[in-house]
Order: sequence, then structure tokens, then C-alpha cells
Amino acid sequence: MRSDVSRWMLLAVFLLALPFGASADWGALNMPVGVTEISKEVYTLHMRIFYICCIIGALVFAVMIYSMFAHRKSKGAVAADFHESTAVEIVWTIVPLIILIAMSIPAAKVLVKMEDFSDSDMTIGVTGYQWRWHYSYLDEGIEFYSQLDREHNAARQQGAEVDLEQFGEIYLREVDNPLVVPVGKKIRFLHTAADVIHSWWVPDLSVKKDAIPGFINENWAKIEEPGTYRGKCAELCGRDHGFMPIVVIALEQADYDEWVLDQQNKVAAATIDADRAWEHQELVATGEAVYQSNCMSCHQKEGQGIPGMFPAIGGSHIATGDIDTHIETVLNGVTETAMTGFSGKLSDSELAAVITYQRNAFGNETGDTLQPAALKTFRQGQQQTLLTQPQLVTDTGVN
Amino acid sequence: MSYSDNTHGDTHHGDHDDHGPAPGLMRWVTTTNHKDIGTLYLWFSLLMFFIGGAMALIIRAELGAPGIQFVDPMFFNSMTTMHAIVMIFGVVMPAFVGLANWMIPMMIGAPDMALPRLNNWSFWIMPFAFTIMLSTLFMDSGGPAGGWTLYPPLVLQMGDSFAYVIFAIHFMGISSVMGSINIVATIFNMRPPGMTLMHMPMFVWTWLITAFLLVATIPVFAGAVTMLLTDRFFDTSFFSAAGGGDPVMFQHIFWFFGHPEVYILILPAFGIVSSIIPTFARKPLFGYDSMVYATASIAFLSFIVWAHHMFTTGMPLAAELFFMFSTMMISVPTGVKVFNWVSTMWRGSMSFETPMLFAIGFVIMFTIGGLSGLMLAITPADIQYHDTYFVVAHFHYVLVPGAIYSLMAATYYWIPKWTGNMYDETLGKWHFWISTIFVNVLFFPMHFVGLAGMPRRIPDYSLQFADWNFVATIGAFGFGFSQLLFVYIIVKCVKGGEKATGEVWEGARGLEWTVDSPAPYHTFETAPVINESTLTR
Repeated sequence: MRSDVSRWMLLAVFLLALPFGASADWGALNMPVGVTEISKEVYTLHMRIFYICCIIGALVFAVMIYSMFAHRKSKGAVAADFHESTAVEIVWTIVPLIILIAMSIPAAKVLVKMEDFSDSDMTIGVTGYQWRWHYSYLDEGIEFYSQLDREHNAARQQGAEVDLEQFGEIYLREVDNPLVVPVGKKIRFLHTAADVIHSWWVPDLSVKKDAIPGFINENWAKIEEPGTYRGKCAELCGRDHGFMPIVVIALEQADYDEWVLDQQNKVAAATIDADRAWEHQELVATGEAVYQSNCMSCHQKEGQGIPGMFPAIGGSHIATGDIDTHIETVLNGVTETAMTGFSGKLSDSELAAVITYQRNAFGNETGDTLQPAALKTFRQGQQQTLLTQPQLVTDTGVN
Repeated sequence: MSYSDNTHGDTHHGDHDDHGPAPGLMRWVTTTNHKDIGTLYLWFSLLMFFIGGAMALIIRAELGAPGIQFVDPMFFNSMTTMHAIVMIFGVVMPAFVGLANWMIPMMIGAPDMALPRLNNWSFWIMPFAFTIMLSTLFMDSGGPAGGWTLYPPLVLQMGDSFAYVIFAIHFMGISSVMGSINIVATIFNMRPPGMTLMHMPMFVWTWLITAFLLVATIPVFAGAVTMLLTDRFFDTSFFSAAGGGDPVMFQHIFWFFGHPEVYILILPAFGIVSSIIPTFARKPLFGYDSMVYATASIAFLSFIVWAHHMFTTGMPLAAELFFMFSTMMISVPTGVKVFNWVSTMWRGSMSFETPMLFAIGFVIMFTIGGLSGLMLAITPADIQYHDTYFVVAHFHYVLVPGAIYSLMAATYYWIPKWTGNMYDETLGKWHFWISTIFVNVLFFPMHFVGLAGMPRRIPDYSLQFADWNFVATIGAFGFGFSQLLFVYIIVKCVKGGEKATGEVWEGARGLEWTVDSPAPYHTFETAPVINESTLTR
């Protein structure tokens, strides 16, 4: 008793499937093969289990569909009376079991290989923050924060009139400071987090590991080809979880060595930069840029905040009152709120600039100028009294 | 106790057992009748289905195109979190409990549930629990936004409304545990002579096993959320490394509840499909015994696979291997069930009324979800799949065209028994076909974007994912709005329609079909005689 509805809807399914098949982007359909030995083996496992599933599915559905057409009452089919067979039950328990065992052996082998962290050539510490990554090259003495590129960050704000096409496939997958690594070296990653759980995922390297506050997780990759590999935080970590991308640039050894030297020189320059006297306008201009990358997503473009969630900066008693309280708030954050401390995340110059900016923008007219050198003194004094962690930025091995 | 009360009632009311319910609104507040309470549960879950569905549409509207168009990312996170809580605890679970209330006593030939007053209470907790839960969305600190899995430390960043969330979860848990105890007590104590365990309909069997899962795991969940509550408000450090705790310990405790919970959401569906397919194939269920053993095996395995949700948390290799092997094992009993359903259809005399369409849709699309589950079991590959849209596609295939389809199948199958009227068959078929097209347009593309690298729980994405997300959004709106047709069909059927016979379906077997349609307010006040013709096997 095949009704008209069924006949028409079957036709509709077929017609609907056509345009999707013809027009959609077939490039982004499958797992990337990747650029490490492990990622290639994982891809092979993925395709093998996929084909096994397709075969099982095809067989089961073929039997069902044949039965639905052949054994219908409207065609005069009379129901048979069989309803059990121990032999058949045993067969379809044992056969899947054999397939599973055959599949589990290669999977276990790859897993054992993935979990072998020994004999690494270099180690990079990766720390998750809301919402940026911190990379620390333990042997080279280089460390820096890496967060969503400023243009992308502006484009993703609600109501932003920005044409996203210009960014293309890297939209939301571009950072200010990418992680730079050499090819052909076994790189060990040590993952942890400062606030909540994050997860460091780069599909092309087939690495995904949770960054858990208070614990250190290991991971490794040995990249075979130079290139740029992009990933994202994979564990929900709050409001801007979708906006903390990862960019890994793999360079030939010689290029990598050059990059290392360059970075070490920059650290030295930043230390000198913090000690010189800055112009008020220079601080405000720098501070605006720092504000837009670090503060704007919560406190909003015009410093108005979001009522009930994030306080306003324009006219706030912190940004217009005692400057020490203001510095304290920016450096250490406010406990039990989303306001994290920026001490160590931003350089002394950036901190001084953003505080100066906040005190002279959004209708705040204090006229204050906070020199980076003054902030540095404040911060060091505070650290000595609080006996907190050693300085993060200025202690790096410059020499 | 209750059983003897009911027996007493039987002798008392023996000759006027057709007396109806009390009139007016108080009927529903004070009722202890299993049919009334079943009806309340079913209407409640239908209402929640639309609330949870509206949240899903907000999520899909935001994801329709790249960029942030409609909602703040924080509210987006609230929507993904609340959508899951509402759909799991407010739709699928209460709907199954509603079906259990309506059908289990009628299927085993009992006059009512064993603990009727407890039954009333376990329903009436639910509307209050969900009012509290949903009210957090209107509080200053907003609704829960850390995902339904409530992972600390993120969830502990929530404002004071967190206390309301935990309170509501405790209420839901109490309701579920009481409902489960009632079901176990009914099945063990209220069966008439002749209705042995191995003669019970499959729906009764699957619910019996589900009830044990609930009783075993809900207290674990209650413990975990209580620890969250004290961590948040009373300065304990169960899940904070700074105080000697461990955030990953929460995940272990949560998933020790959470994985059996996944089967709580699907085992009663297996029972429904095992009731419907034999009816419309006009042939007994193939391999009844193996179906029972397979269900029990799945329930047992569900307790030893929990950490497959946690392959990226940095477990030792030995644990990863163990959880990979145990997870792969689950596909064996699940496969047995699918093969048995196909064998039941084989050489039957099939007709394709709406319940059968939904049941067949269930078997096919649940199998697709089951196969992607097998892929997810392969740990090295899972490390790539984990927390991507591939996982979202997987669990929606088992939950929407799986659990939800089984609920729709059950509604069409039993609504003539509940109302005494046949539903509109043509509209029912339309409902099936429209839903089935859109549900695949909605969820199938998620496999692609997930494999290609789109994480879950994000409000915005790179442009290479735009096409498929747009397709999924079309599917979501199509599927969502086609459910209004479902409501129309139900309301139309409640109001009137072609009168249903007692048997309703030509091939139907079982005690529920031996009473009139609509089922009288009190059924089986005298224990029925159990024989060949009244058993499902």
C-alpha cells in the first residue's frame, strides 16, 4: 500500500540531493592527511574504518531495502513464521568481533607510537589563557603570547561591516605571533592552562591535547614539510572560545635559527624600550591598539561594557580614580570575575600605554601619563612583596 | 503495599470500574492514575521539545553565515548548553517516562504503577525544575554557558545563577530516580501469573534495564554537581588543582554518569522499535532472547567505557587502550539488535503506516549514527574527531532520527489507544517524509565540516565551512517548522477522527491491544489471563 505521499517524497529526496551535490564545496569534506608520520597513519586508520562502516552499512541497508520492496503486504507477501535461530545469532556476534579485532590491532599500534614522548629534540611549553596561547621555548629562552589577529578580531565583532571574503579560509585562523618551529625535529609540547581547560589542536599535525590548569600534559610532533598549519582551541573555554586560533609555521632549520636570533634581539630591544621616557600622545596611540586587541571584546569599543556582564571603563571609578588601584586591577585582575590579570601577558610598555589610554579616552579626562618605567618599578615592587612568580618578560635569556 | 491496595480496590469497585477521573483542573494536580500521569509527561516533553528546538534555531541562525549576526558569543554558549539540558532532561527522558507510565502497566496486565503517589510527585517536580533552570536565562549573571557537561573550572566562572542550575539538576535527578524506582517496582511486583520475565514485551524489558541504569548513575551525577556547588560557593577544592583537587576527576565522575545516560536515552527507543516492527511486518520479533541479552550487555558495557569521551585529557596509554577496546565491544550487541530488526522484516508481510515509517527511519539513521560511533571508538582517529562537528553529527544522528524518531513512532503507534481516534494517516506520512529530508539536510553536512576541522561550540567559523553550515541551517529551520505539523496531527487526533478499534493494528499483539480504544480509565483491575494470543512472543 504505497501511498502517493511516499512516491512524491522519494522523488523530492532525489531532486533535493542534486543541487547539493553539484554546487557545494567538495574540497572541505574530509580529514586532512597532514604533514607528520602520525597524521598520515591516523588518516589511513580513519579511511579504513570509514570504508568498513560503508560496507557494513551498505549490506544492512541493501537487505532492508530489498525486503521493504519484496516483502510488502500490498504485493501479497505472506509472513513467514521463523523468529529465532541460535546459529545465526552466533554468526553475527562472532563476525563483527573478528572485524573489530582486525581493526583494533593497527589502531593500538598507532596509539602506542603517539604516546611515545621519548627522545625529543626540543621542548615548547604551551599555556592556554582566556583567550590566547602562550608559547615558551624552554631551551631558547623565547616566550610570547599568540592571539587572534587584530583585523580578524575587529571583523568578528557583532555589527562589524567588514567583508569577510578578504580573509577567505584563514578567517579567524590568523594570529599576531605564530608559533615557529623547525622541520624534521621531534618537538615535545608541554600543555597547561592558567584559568580554564583549553585544548591545543592542529589537524595537520594530528595533535590535540587538553591544557588543564595545574597539570602538565605531554604531546609531540615531527613535521615533515615546511609550511603554515592552522588550528583552533578545541575545548569550550568561555565567551571567546571560538576566537583563539593556533598558527604553526614550520621552517627549514637554517631559517628557523635565523628566526630564533631575531626573536632574542627583539626581547632585548623591548627591555630598553620600557626604560626610555615616552610622549603622552605616543602612549595613547599605542594604548588604543593594545585596548582593541585585549580589552575590547568585553569592555566594548566605546568603553561602555555590557551591563550586568562587563563593567564600563568610561566614567568608571577605577579608570578615573586612584591610579594605583587602576594599575593593580589591570596587573592582577579581579578574582571571581572574567577580568584576568595582564601582568606578564603584556609588556611594561603596553601596560603603561593601555592604562594611560583608558584614563584619557571614553570621556575620562584625568590627563594622567603613566611611564613604562614607573609601571615597571610598581610591578617589581609589588612582586617582591607578594613573592609571586618570577618576572616573565624581562628575565628571558637575552644574552 | 500498593499492590495489595490495588487488589483491595478491585474487589471494592469490581462492578463499576468504568468510573472516570475527577472533573476539572485538580484532576491533573492530584491524579495518581498512570494514564493521566503518562499524558502529563508526554505533553510536558512536547512543550519542552519546542523550547529546546527554539534554542537550536537560534544556534543555527547564528551559524547560518560567517560573522556574528544575531547573538553575543556568551549567549550563544548559553544556548548550546541549555539546548542540550532541555533536550536530554526535558524532552527525551520525560517522554520515555511518559510512555512507560502509559504502556508498562497495560503491557504487563497491571492495574496501575506500583507507587502511584510517588508517580504523581515525580512528574510534578519536573515543571518546577525546568522553570528554575530556564529562569536563569533572565537573571543578571545569565544561564549556564559552560556546556551541558558542566566542566570545571569553566563552569565555576558562572555568576550566582549557578546555584539555581545545580538546584534544578538535583530536582530533575530526584524525579528520574523516583520514576525509575517506580518502574522497577511495577515490573517486579505487578505482573499477573503467566507473565514471566522472558515473556514481557521488549519495551518493558528495555525500560527495566534503563531504570536500573538511572538508579545507578543519577546519584553519581548528583554527587558531582554537589561538589561543583561547594567548590563554587563554599571554597572547597574538589576540582581545583590549587587546592589539591583535579579538574579531570570531574570529567571521570561526570562521564561515569554520562555514558550510561547516553544509553538511558536510547534503550527505551530500542524497545519501541522492537514493538512496532513486528506489528507491521506481521511477524514475531526475531531473536527475542538475544535482544534481551544484547540490551543487558549494552547496559553493562555502558559502565566501563566512560573515558572514551576523554581521550585528549592525557590519560595513560593503558587506560586509552582499555577504553578503546571496551568501546569497540559495544558495537557487537548493538549490531545484534540491528540484525534482529532486519531479520524481523525479512519475509514478513509489511505495510508502511506512519509508525512503521518512523521505525524504519530509526533503524537506518540510528545505524548511520552507530557506525560513526564505531569510527569514534578508534582512539588515534578520535583525537582528530574529538570536539568537532563530526561528534555533533554523530550524537545528533543517534538522538534525533534515533531517540526522537522512536518517540514519534511511539506516538503514532499508540495514540489511537490513548484517544480512541485514528490520526490522519496522510498527514502522518507527510510529517515523516518532510522530517526525514530535513533532518538529513541538517545533520549530514556536519560530518563534513567536522572532518575538515570545524570545532564544536563556536559561534563563528572560517569561510570554507560556510556552504555546509548554510545547508545545515536550512535543514534546521525545515525540520523545526515541520514539527508544527506533528502538533497539528496530535491535536486533531485528540479532538476526533475515525474511531479506532481495540486492536487498532492488524498485526498488533500484546495485552494493550486487548482493551478498548480509548483505554478505559482503569484497566486490568482483575488480572488478565495470559496465553499464547495475549503475549507478544
